[in-house]
Amino acid sequence: MNHLLSIDELSEADLREVLRITPSFAEVAQRRIAKVPALRGQTVALLFYEDSTRTRLSFEVAAKRLSADTLNVSVSTSSVNKGESLRDTAETIEAMGIDAVVVRHRSSGVPSQLTKWVDAAVINAGDGWHQHPTQALLDCFTLQQQLGDLAGSHIVMVGDIKHSRVARSDVTALTMLGAEVTLVAPPTLLPPAVHTWTARTSHDLDQTLASADAVYLLRMQSERQNEALIPDLREYTTLYGLTAERAARLDAKVPILHPGPMNRGVEIAADVPNLDQVVVVDQVRNGVAVRMAVLFLLLGSSTVDLPVESHSPEPRVAIS
Amino acid sequence: MGERERSGAPPYGASFVSRAEVMDAEQIKRAMKRMAHEILERNGGLDNLVIIGLQTGGVEPALHLVEALEAIEGTRLPLGTVDVAFHRDDIGLRPVLPEAPTEIPVDLAAKTVVLVDDVLFTGRTVRAALDALHDFGRPQSVQLAVMVDRGHRELPIRADYVGKNLPTARTEAVAVTMHSVQIGEMVK
Repeated sequence: MNHLLSIDELSEADLREVLRITPSFAEVAQRRIAKVPALRGQTVALLFYEDSTRTRLSFEVAAKRLSADTLNVSVSTSSVNKGESLRDTAETIEAMGIDAVVVRHRSSGVPSQLTKWVDAAVINAGDGWHQHPTQALLDCFTLQQQLGDLAGSHIVMVGDIKHSRVARSDVTALTMLGAEVTLVAPPTLLPPAVHTWTARTSHDLDQTLASADAVYLLRMQSERQNEALIPDLREYTTLYGLTAERAARLDAKVPILHPGPMNRGVEIAADVPNLDQVVVVDQVRNGVAVRMAVLFLLLGSSTVDLPVESHSPEPRVAIS
Repeated sequence: MGERERSGAPPYGASFVSRAEVMDAEQIKRAMKRMAHEILERNGGLDNLVIIGLQTGGVEPALHLVEALEAIEGTRLPLGTVDVAFHRDDIGLRPVLPEAPTEIPVDLAAKTVVLVDDVLFTGRTVRAALDALHDFGRPQSVQLAVMVDRGHRELPIRADYVGKNLPTARTEAVAVTMHSVQIGEMVK
């Protein structure tokens, strides 16, 4: 693994390996000195062409906990504002000897294009409607914490599936781990090719929630829809929002996830985020650990391919 | 070299072939008991002691040491584990992945830490473990207990308590369980 562009490029073994080593990285945050020297001397550039708070901060904290240096290239204060092309920005970064580039862009495929221009490891932090792989990893990790093994569990994803890179990444990853995913959305917010996805679809939230082991709410992406796909936000909330009544009918053991930022009063009622079963804060915390694991896998052992099969914990014979 | 390092180093996928058993279960038990007595003698009791096993080979010996000390003194010492993947000096040379989380149950400030590993070889793992420990506080002192000291040190590190001194060639391999210590080769 030289880059992390999409969940589709990961094998099930890769995915499970990331999830297996993540607790070690989560533990670092608990130390009195929450910083280890693993990536000392390496530089990670954060190239965000689209607004983001938690993803950018999360990657920055992750890199710093591993002692890597970070560079923030924010579009509003860089030469991108003067019309510099993506390629020129990439070559500038390359010339400065950067080891990894974390990129978010409104266009799908930008991270993949970058890999052709730079030698650095490229990590996709969200490209258009396409992919957001580290979000899928942290969601899988959070769900495993809540539910244990995901094989056979029923995950219900509600909201704007069509414009969601989170849904595209999560469905693939969750299916790989054996979970069954049901996507609930109005027909206009389902992608046209949804029949090719490894998930069922439904337009009836109440019926689907009855068999849910976990509920994943997606944000209504108002900035992506100028095309009037739903008649009215209030109607959407009534039919597809997690209202206080719907939340009350859920078993208290069913975790509720959201990638953030939440639109309180739209996809989730104003008080619902205060329930104990809402694990949004765990998602944010786990996001740092998962991103540390990804950075470590890409930068910490880059010269050799991972012999994944040799890392099985058994037999416990120490060969020295 | 520990299991983890061996699995990530050439020859990849090689397996251990034993040539001779150098310690059996009874001898290992006796060595453990002796080391427990040495720890007591050196520290004048169990006050302020913490036992920490290195992931993954040192975890089981550390547990046995805690039990041996409990059998003598009647007190159970706090037992921790430390994974040194993040502190190794060969990151980038080969894939060293964390095996299991570090768990230190007590604040190490002003404590005497006994680090436990199965085999002492180059000393690099112990060097990394010393760095890792300091993220958790400033111990009063750190002592090292190993089941087997096989020589070939590359750093100025020595063990305070040794189960067995085993002269080896660099190319040989040593396999340690709590039932048997064997010497042999890695064969592809």
